[in-house]
Order: sequence, then C-alpha cells, then structure tokens
Amino acid sequence: MITRRDFLKIAAFSSLLGLGGAFTINALEKEPGQKVLKDIKALKGKRWAMVIDTRKFKTQEDFEKVIRACHKAHNVPEIANPLHEVKWIWTDDYEHSFAGTAEEYISTEVKERKFLLLCNHCDNAPCVRVCPVKATFKRPDGITMQDMHRCIGCKFCMAGCPYGARNYNFLPPRDYIKELNPEYPTRTIGVVEKCTFCNERIDRGLLPYCVEASEGKIIFGDLYDPNSEIRKVLSENIVIRRKVELGTQPMVFYII
Amino acid sequence: MYDGWKIILGLVVFVVIVTLPFTMSVGKTYVEPKPSIDTPEIQKMEKKQCIEPKQYMREMHIKLLYSWKDYATREGKRLYVASDGKTYTISLQNTCLKCHSNKEKFCDECHNYVNVKPYCWDCHIEPKVGGLK
Ligand code: SF4
Ligand code: SF4
Repeated sequence: MITRRDFLKIAAFSSLLGLGGAFTINALEKEPGQKVLKDIKALKGKRWAMVIDTRKFKTQEDFEKVIRACHKAHNVPEIANPLHEVKWIWTDDYEHSFAGTAEEYISTEVKERKFLLLCNHCDNAPCVRVCPVKATFKRPDGITMQDMHRCIGCKFCMAGCPYGARNYNFLPPRDYIKELNPEYPTRTIGVVEKCTFCNERIDRGLLPYCVEASEGKIIFGDLYDPNSEIRKVLSENIVIRRKVELGTQPMVFYII
Repeated sequence: MYDGWKIILGLVVFVVIVTLPFTMSVGKTYVEPKPSIDTPEIQKMEKKQCIEPKQYMREMHIKLLYSWKDYATREGKRLYVASDGKTYTISLQNTCLKCHSNKEKFCDECHNYVNVKPYCWDCHIEPKVGGLK
C-alpha cells in the first residue's frame, strides 16, 4: 500500500520533473514518420520590409487597385461606418500620415499627396508587448503575426499600436463581404485583425498581393540582405517612416 | 431520524438530477452517426484513405488540426509529411475540405451526435455542397 506520505513525495518529484503537468497538444509526436516542413519555394528573409514609392501613386485607381487586391483576397469586410470599419491597407494625407514629423513648408504637391498606410511590422512592436495571450507575436522573419484562434478581443493591441493599423470586428464580418474568397478564411466577430505582410504567400514563394498589384510602385524584400533590391532602393532614395520618434522601428519606408 | 423526509427528498432530487442524462434519452431512438465520404473528390481516389489511417483520424483529428495551426501560423511550416511519406499542404479549408466537401454529412454528423460545436466554421469557409464554391 502506498502511504499518503509516499504519494506526496512522488507527486512532488514528478511535478519537479514536469511530468505532472506535462500536456502536449502536439498530435504529431504520436505517429512515427510524421513531419512538418517549410516549403522549399518559400521566400527567405531575415527582416521583411517594404518601400512605398509615393511619387508613383498618381490616380485614385493606383491606390484602389492595391487596396482591392489585398482586401478581396483576405476577405476584409467593407463597412462604411468609420466606427466599425475594418481595413488592412488604406490611405491618408501627408499631415495625418506623418503626424508630428510632417514638414510644414514642404511643397504643396507633397502636402496634397495621399499615402498608403498599413501595419508597419515594427521591429519593436508595442502590439506584441501588450498582448496578454501571445496571440500577436513576431515571426523570426520580422512579420508581426496574429493567431486568430487565440485572440480574445481585449483590444490592448489596438491601444498599443500608434499607427491605427488594427481593427476590431464589432460586426459579424461575413455580412459585409460581397464576394468571399473561398481559399482564405474570414474572421469572426470579436477579434482584432490587420495586415499580415501576406505571410501565407511568402511561405509559398510569392510576393504580397499589394506589391504585385502595385506594378513596381511598392518594393518588398529583406532589409538584412545587403544585396537585395530593397536595400538598393533605400540607398538611392531619401525615405521617411511614420513616427520613428516612438522607437517602434517601423519596417515600411516611404520615398517622398 | 430527525428531519428524515428532508434527507429523503434531497436524495430523491439528487438521484433524479444525476440520472437525468439517461432518463432524458429514454424513448429516443439511437441513431448511429454515419459520416459520409461520398464526395466527388473522394470518389476519384483509388484507395479511399485520409492523410492518416482512419482510426488515427478519428481520435486525433482535432489535435492534428491544432498542431497544424501552430506550425503554420507560428513557424511558417506549411507542408505536412504523413506517416506514409506523402506530402500535404497544411490547410483545413484548402486541403481537408477539398475532399470532405460535404461538411454537413461528414463533420456535422458526429459533432451533432456528441453535441460538440467546434467554431472552425466561424472563420474557415465551409464548402458549398458538391465541392468548393
Ligand atoms: S504597426 Fe501597429 S500593429 Fe503593426 S507591428 Fe507596429 S504596433 Fe503592431
Ligand atoms: S502585405 Fe498583404 S496583407 Fe499587408 S497590406 Fe499588403 S496585401 Fe494586404
């Protein structure tokens, strides 16, 4: 017979070894031979970044084409009420896009330009730091990702993000999607969503939708690769970023 | 026995509540769930087998899906090599449901039977009957 004292001893030791609480959800440890792999076609990068050539965006259609490509593919709902709207990529004017650093005496032409805005995939992302359930996290390649299954809708990340890149689903999103893309999920009411740098495409070796649709007006690449196109573009142009003074290290650059 | 009737009444109530799950199903006919694999995509297969053996899928499919989700979203690993060496794209919507395009007759059949309500379909788009829309 096992005494109470022995039982407690065993329990204490096994919890020390982490046996008692050992719980794994990983089903792939059960069968031999099962593996998960990265696609060999996947784009490889250490720090994905984006340069938007704002000089090349001229007509309304230039912007719309890019926004439509993203929103259609990702089943982003179209909600007119600005209190409830959801957007992954959108536009604003010079003064609001670069609040705090906008030069007052810059040319009128620049002042009147519109700027494409999206999640900056900040290297030092405040949204990641404040998420209490680690639903929002950084991938090793720098993408600020969000696990929708895990989001509890607390909205801390929305408060943490200084760029307004995050939107809460106040309304059931499916009611506001005209045409569903059957290959991508929607979101549900009560979660936060934003641009994902199209990681699902990068993992398959494709460039983000917006980059593709921009026809050369947006450059995407690995900031840590000195031979990449994005580094070449950055070395040849003067760029600005949004709210650098906050120390978030945004990864979206704007050629003025 | 003091207050004997109270104790007995309490016991009766207790027994009624505890046996409720059994008594409530008295008279209801037992219908065994029969998930159907009759979809165009599965009909095309020579050997009608899921990515892993049937028993494994029966027991583990939700855990497998959870692991898939973590590998895909957290680590960017989007290919699954099954124990028989075949490779599949990790995707509930684009891999599982491509074959199981009859969600109502497949997934729901058992889920309804055991009264579980997975919320997969709040976000993942279920196929229209007869294949992805
Ligand atoms: S822009 Fe906002 S949502 Fe995107 S990484 Fe930075 S803080 Fe997070
Ligand atoms: S990177 Fe992808 S998700 Fe982000 S704005 Fe561009 S198309 Fe949309």
